[in-house]
Amino acid sequence: MEVAVVLAPPSPPAALTSFAKTPPLVTERILEIHIGPLEKPEQADAIKELFRDIPGLGDIEVVQTDQVDTRVFSVKTTSSDDDLLDLFAFHVSRDCVQIKTLNASQAAAASDGDGFFDQIAGANGSSGYADDPPPGAPLAPLPGFGFFDGAPGAPASPVLNGSASAKPVTKVSSPSAPPEAATIRVAINKVDQLINLVGELVITQAMLAQNSRALDPAVYQQLLSGLADLDRNTRDLQESVMSIRMIPMSIVFSRFPRMLRDLASKLGKKVEFVTQGEATELDKGLVEKITDPLTHLVRNSCDHGVELPADRVAAGKPESGTITLSAAHQGGSIVIEVRDDGRGLSREKILCKARERGLEVSDQMTDSEVWQLIFAPGFSTAEVVTDVSGRGVGMDVVKRNITALNGTVDIDSAEGYGMRVSVRLPLTLAIMDGMSVGVGDEVYLLPLSSVVESFQVKADAVSTVGQGTQLVKVRDEYMPVIKLEKVFQVPRFGVDKAGDIMVVIEADGSRAALLVDELLGQQQVVVKNLESNYRKVPNVSGATILGDGKVALILDTGALVRRSRH
Amino acid sequence: MGAMEKTDRMSSGGAREYLTFRLDQEEYGIDIMKVQEIRGYEPPTRIANAPKFLKGVVNLRGTIVPIVDMRLKFACAKAEYNSFTVVIILNLKNRIVGIVVDSVSDVMELPPENLKSVPEIESVIDSSVVLGLGSLGDRMLILLDIERLMSGADMGLVADPEPE
Repeated sequence: MEVAVVLAPPSPPAALTSFAKTPPLVTERILEIHIGPLEKPEQADAIKELFRDIPGLGDIEVVQTDQVDTRVFSVKTTSSDDDLLDLFAFHVSRDCVQIKTLNASQAAAASDGDGFFDQIAGANGSSGYADDPPPGAPLAPLPGFGFFDGAPGAPASPVLNGSASAKPVTKVSSPSAPPEAATIRVAINKVDQLINLVGELVITQAMLAQNSRALDPAVYQQLLSGLADLDRNTRDLQESVMSIRMIPMSIVFSRFPRMLRDLASKLGKKVEFVTQGEATELDKGLVEKITDPLTHLVRNSCDHGVELPADRVAAGKPESGTITLSAAHQGGSIVIEVRDDGRGLSREKILCKARERGLEVSDQMTDSEVWQLIFAPGFSTAEVVTDVSGRGVGMDVVKRNITALNGTVDIDSAEGYGMRVSVRLPLTLAIMDGMSVGVGDEVYLLPLSSVVESFQVKADAVSTVGQGTQLVKVRDEYMPVIKLEKVFQVPRFGVDKAGDIMVVIEADGSRAALLVDELLGQQQVVVKNLESNYRKVPNVSGATILGDGKVALILDTGALVRRSRH
Repeated sequence: MGAMEKTDRMSSGGAREYLTFRLDQEEYGIDIMKVQEIRGYEPPTRIANAPKFLKGVVNLRGTIVPIVDMRLKFACAKAEYNSFTVVIILNLKNRIVGIVVDSVSDVMELPPENLKSVPEIESVIDSSVVLGLGSLGDRMLILLDIERLMSGADMGLVADPEPE
C-alpha cells in the first residue's frame, strides 16, 4: 500500500470526534466516491485512513480505475454525503469529490468503472487547484460557495481603526450554519426589559459590595471571592446586554448610495461615494434619529459642495467629486463625518449674507465662528432655491436635532478644497454622563454635556435687576441665576445652610448659573422615562436610579435656561 | 340611570374577586386583576409642583412608578407612614401606579346578590368611580373603579390633553 507522505493522517480534529458521536442513521448506504483529478493521487489515500481511524464511519474499498489522476472508492457507510464531504475536505478539495449513491447491484455493475469516469474526469478536468488543499480551511456548505464572500458584515470598504471593536460575531459565522440562522428578531421592549433587570442587578450587586466591605477577609474569604466574581459577572452581563441594542452604521449608510446616484444625475454632477467604518455600532434609537440629519448633510455636500464636472476640471480637480461618509468610535462617543472635496464654504459669502440679514458679524471672526453662522435659522447662501436645497431650513434643523441627542456638530472647511461636517454623538441614549448636585436633602442630575463650570460664589458677586432677578458675573459675562431650591420648591428643614455653589450650564446657545447646595459627583446613569407611567414634569427631562436604589430627576437644562430668559 | 350603567360595568367586567384595603375606618375593594403586587412603603422621590396626594416616584425594579396616597386623596384625617403602611402597585392599561393605603385586608369573592347600588350622596369621591357597595354581614365594601379614578384629570397622572 502506498504511504500518504504528503498528508500524514491528522490527529482527529474536534469535528471528527463529534462526528463519531452523532447517532448513526438507520440505513446503510453503498456509495461510490470519485476523487480527482489530483496531481498527487496519493492524497486520496488519506481518505482510506479516515475510515480506519474513525470507528463507526463505515468500510472502504479501493476500486481499480484506468484514470491516473483519479481514485475511486466503494464505501459502505451510514453517514450523509455532507458529513463525508466535510471529512474529506481535510485531505482533498471539495471540488474533486463526487459521491454517487448506488444500490448493491449497481455497485457491482459499476465496479469495473467503464467509460463512466471519463465523463466525470472530463467534467472536472479544468479544476487544477487541488494539489494543495489547506487542511482546516473553512468548509463551504456547497462547492463554489465562497464562505467569506457571503458572510454577513464583511466589510466592503476600509474600516477605521476606531471601529476595531466591532463584533467579530458578524464576520465569523460557523461554517455549517446557514447565515440566516445567525440573527433573531426580538421586540425592543423585551430588550429594554432585559436592560432594566440588569440595571436592578447592578444596583443590588453594588449594595452587596458596600455591605460586605466591613467584613473580615480572613473569616469570610469565600463569601468575598464570590462577591468579587458576582461583581465581574454583573459588569460583563451589563455590557453584553447593552450591546444588544447596538446596530451597525451600515444600516444607515446603505441608503445613501442610491439617493446620491439619483441626486447626482438630477444635478448633472459626478459623485463617488465612499463609506468608512460601517461596522461601527450605535444604539438603535440613535440610529433612527440620526438618519434624517445625515441625509441632509449628504444632500448638502452633493448640491452645494461638489461642483459641476466642467468647473471641477477647470479648477484642476478630477471630474467626479468624492463624498465620504465615515463613522468611528472616539472615547465614549461616535463621530460621524461627512466629507466632500467640493468648493467648500465661502467666508465672504457667508459674512455678506449674514450682514444682509442683520446678524452681528465682523471681519475679525474666526473661521469656526463664521461656519457656525450657517446653523442660524433661515440662513442660506444659495443663489437659487432648487427642489433639492437652498431654502435655508436645514442646517439649523440638523443642529437642533443633533443637540437634542446630546451631540455636537463641527464644521471644517477650506474654500476650493472641500468641507467636513463632523457629528459627535453619545453611543447610546440609554446612558448619560451626569453630574449629581444636592439641594437640601434631594439629589438632582445635570447632563454633563451642558455643564460648563462650577464655582463657589460670594454673596456680593450676585446683583439684582428690576423685580429681583439675580445676575452673577462670571468671566466678564452676566448670566441669570436660577435657584434650584425655588424651581423645585425644595423643603428646608431647620437651619440648613443656603447654597453657595453655582453651576454654569449652557443650552440652546445661552448660559445660566444654577445655585445648588453641593456637588456630589459625576457618574454614568441609565436614563429612564418619566412619562411612561407618569407625565411630563416641568424642567425635568427624565429620571434615573442612583446606586442606592433611589430615584433622582434629571434636569432639562434647555427648559431651565429658557425659563431664566422670561 | 347612572347606577344602572355602573352595575352593568361591574357585572359585564366579569370581575368577581376584589382586593380589599382600609383607609382609616372605611373598607374599599378593587378588582384584583388590576393589582400587580403589594409592597411596603418606602419614601419616594418628591416631584415639585405636583398635587399633594402625589407623594413622588419610586424605583420598582428599574421602572419609575408614581405613588399616590389614597388617604390624602380621599381626605382622611391622618396619613401616617409606618412599618404597616402598604403600597398597592396597580397595572392599569400599561401604566403602573402605586397607591398608599393603611392596610390590605384580604381578597374576597363577592356574589352578585351582595352588590348594592350606591345612593346619591355627596362625598370627596366622585360618584362615577364607585362601582357599588358590597355588603358582607355588617361590613360594607366600597367598590372602586380604580382605573377610572386614576385616569381622571384631577389626578394629574396623565398629561393634560393640551393642544400644544
